[in-house]
Amino acid sequence: MRTDWVAHAVLLIGVALFALPVWLVLAGSTQTADVIARGELSLIPDPAGLGVYADVLFHSGHGTSPVWRMLTVSFGMAVCIAVGKIVISVLSAYAVAFFRFPFRNLAFWTIFLTLMLPVEVRIIPTYSVMAGLGLINTFTGLTMPLIASATATLLFRQVFLAIPDELVEAARMDGAGPWRFLRDILLPVSAANVAALFVILFVYGWNQYLWPLLVATDPSLDTVVIGIVKMIGTETATEWNKVMATAVLALLPPVLIVVLMQRWFVKGLAEADK
Amino acid sequence: MATLQLQGLSKSFGEAQILRSIDLALADGEMLVIVGASGCGKSTLLRLVAGLETATAGRIVIDGRDVTAVDPAARDIAMVFQNYALYPHMTVFDNMAYGLRIRGLSRAEIASRVGQAAELLGIGALLERRPRQLSGGQRQRVAMGRAIVRDPKLFLFDEPLSNLDAKLRVQMRAEIRRLQRRLGVTSLYVTHDQVEAMTLGDRLLVLHGGRPVQLATPMEVFSRPADTYVAGFIGAPAMNFLPAELANGGQAIRLASGKTFPLPNRFPGGLVTLGVRPEHVALAPDGIPLQVELVEPLGSETLIHGRMADGAALLAKLPGAAPVGDAVSVTLDPAALHLFDRETGNRIEPVPAG
Amino acid sequence: MERRTTFPGQLLPILLVAPQLALTAVFFLWPAGQAIWFSTQRQDAFGLHTEFVGFENFNDLFTDPLYRDSITRTVFFCAAVAALAMGVALLLAVFADREIRGRTVYRTLLIWPYAVAPAVAAVLWLLVLHPQIGLLGRWLNRHGVDWDFRLRDGQAMGIVILASAWKQVSYDFIFFLAGLQAIPRSVVEAARIDGARAWRRFRTITLPLLAPTIFFLIVVNLVYAAFDTFGTIQALTQGGPGKATETLVVKVYRDGVVNLDLGSSSAQSVILMGAVVALTVLQFRVLGRRRAD
Repeated sequence: MRTDWVAHAVLLIGVALFALPVWLVLAGSTQTADVIARGELSLIPDPAGLGVYADVLFHSGHGTSPVWRMLTVSFGMAVCIAVGKIVISVLSAYAVAFFRFPFRNLAFWTIFLTLMLPVEVRIIPTYSVMAGLGLINTFTGLTMPLIASATATLLFRQVFLAIPDELVEAARMDGAGPWRFLRDILLPVSAANVAALFVILFVYGWNQYLWPLLVATDPSLDTVVIGIVKMIGTETATEWNKVMATAVLALLPPVLIVVLMQRWFVKGLAEADK
Repeated sequence: MATLQLQGLSKSFGEAQILRSIDLALADGEMLVIVGASGCGKSTLLRLVAGLETATAGRIVIDGRDVTAVDPAARDIAMVFQNYALYPHMTVFDNMAYGLRIRGLSRAEIASRVGQAAELLGIGALLERRPRQLSGGQRQRVAMGRAIVRDPKLFLFDEPLSNLDAKLRVQMRAEIRRLQRRLGVTSLYVTHDQVEAMTLGDRLLVLHGGRPVQLATPMEVFSRPADTYVAGFIGAPAMNFLPAELANGGQAIRLASGKTFPLPNRFPGGLVTLGVRPEHVALAPDGIPLQVELVEPLGSETLIHGRMADGAALLAKLPGAAPVGDAVSVTLDPAALHLFDRETGNRIEPVPAG
Repeated sequence: MERRTTFPGQLLPILLVAPQLALTAVFFLWPAGQAIWFSTQRQDAFGLHTEFVGFENFNDLFTDPLYRDSITRTVFFCAAVAALAMGVALLLAVFADREIRGRTVYRTLLIWPYAVAPAVAAVLWLLVLHPQIGLLGRWLNRHGVDWDFRLRDGQAMGIVILASAWKQVSYDFIFFLAGLQAIPRSVVEAARIDGARAWRRFRTITLPLLAPTIFFLIVVNLVYAAFDTFGTIQALTQGGPGKATETLVVKVYRDGVVNLDLGSSSAQSVILMGAVVALTVLQFRVLGRRRAD
């Protein structure tokens, strides 16, 4: 096969375009703060500077918690949102697809409506609702509003509607009731979708900014994404190498998950919209 | 009007050698069918001629012009794909007009050519439809129409009938033949179906493992197959193969069971594989005893699956509805025996008389 | 759409769907209702007395040149981000679709940025383009460009578009690649044999067959640029300098949370809700019709 130089060139430039900012920040994190402040950042990481990660992980900064705590909050939030969303979506989609009940269509369209109301559009009112429920500054307050939206429900509904009739009939003949069917047949068949959605929702939950900003005023509830923006807030006193290290830590977990589960993720994404 | 020549054409993908040094010369207007089992390299050969793959070695010459390094767009060829490959977002008319528009023909000329081809193929009423609204047979005709309007130097067919149901296949087979004869365009047709090969080709090229095994007319391939592969591939039900050895100075043949037949000619060699088509096995008294395992009455013929005394299987095709018991006695028509070298599988010709 | 085979029973499904309905009611319907309600209210300067003012808040917004500027700014921003992200993604997808060595590696390397938070993407680009500490920022200043996006409106908008598009390219890339791979290879080969060279093939065969994907991505990208970029803008410019990068969603936040103008920001939220509903309905209408093809 003749080598396609043009393709390689274009793709390499693309890869570099994405890798460079991250590499720069990674390299910078290992250098000292004054070197960076003077603008003499080198593109080669300094192994001696790796201590900054330990520093940033375990010590508080100006008005920010130690990064390990922020990572834990982010992680907890992402997992709760992912799992919570998957569970209620599976249940709702199952109900809407496999049963006929009064107001079924109304229920579905109500849920569908949530697709059109991203958090950014309803921030103030949602905040006041949360305040009314006493959920400000709580972990529940962080996660609940983000669990409710419809994307996962839509996807599962689609998958469930496409399950062959023969499968259901065979199961019923074998004596399986609705719960059995869900547990023993539907879920295993949908396993790939669940895996893909987990990746998507984990990333979604981890990357939230606006909502955690509003709901959590206590620094102990800061996610790492909130934390990093706080860090660059006051420029005069910033220790840039710490900021860079935190940025690397902030993007590492979701990137790892996407890369490791790439195959399911891509499949799930391409099906998720349709 | 064009001739096609392939000289020493080879293709490998990395370590795997798909085609080994193919030499071929097609006369103007000839339809050559390339036939073989899956994986024998026939589609690769077609794609090389089309320019969709590049040859590892060798030359392709269309109408005296060396096109080995030329882009498919410039080779002036047309191809009918197995899955038709119609442009899904265009009407039938646009599908057929696409190549002509690229060549800059006038609207009037395009309309006239497309109209003529559509009439020839009986798809005039479908011109404004889209591929998804057509049946398999209709799509196939549009694919052919697209090839015809181009008036190319060469037609390439890549198993175009494989996706059609049996009845449609028979009908389209005849149409393709009639069309090709009428238009007189040099054609290469690839198939794994030996019936298509026999009925469509002026000549057949049998490929096995990337190697050309026999290049001859259909009747020649049928009556004088070059080796056991060709013999077993062409003709259905397949030829029977029995281990045997030459006896009596090459004038007779002895089966494993000991039965000996005289041969009409003298043959060289010792250990052979004897080939005999089921239709050349006849009922006869005092012949080879055959244990009947299965009888398949087809109406016009009866197939008998039998086993000889030494355990070898033999399939016989008897005319009409032949009543048979548990055991029968058969003979092999001596004039219709094929002899192949036991080791190489190649055909053994008789020693010339005199 | 319905299944032919279903399970009997009505209590069970109602119980199953109840949790999501409850969450929807509490966290979507109630706030949406509140937003609509508040949008018709105005508070006095001390926040003590609120009165019903009907559509006045909306009226004020649409006659407010600042709000209208915000709309124009947002439209420009969204269009720029969508065009940039989709353009780059399509280019990369076309080449990643070719049969070259290492293409799975390329794909992995182009997909991971999806996982980066918009706010973190902003931080990354801040660190690269900062006039003092950023390598690229300093390079620009050294070569005659008066580079400081904290002061210059145009540059601020530029960097915010760049960071937002950068993050979105991966998502678009995945969909474009899937769309390209859905085009049967034999159709493209037929075009080659019909005499079409690369550019013509792309224009007359690939793009038309990619149209549903393109349309879908346009809507997704516009919605992304309008809403999900809040974190990016906040991290980079906080909507500044002045109002140079204040898109509609940033304005809602500023007016509502920072300036505590409940009436106005609620009205803005309602307007945004309307826009999203319109876009989503449009998307489903067009895509639904195409799917029926």
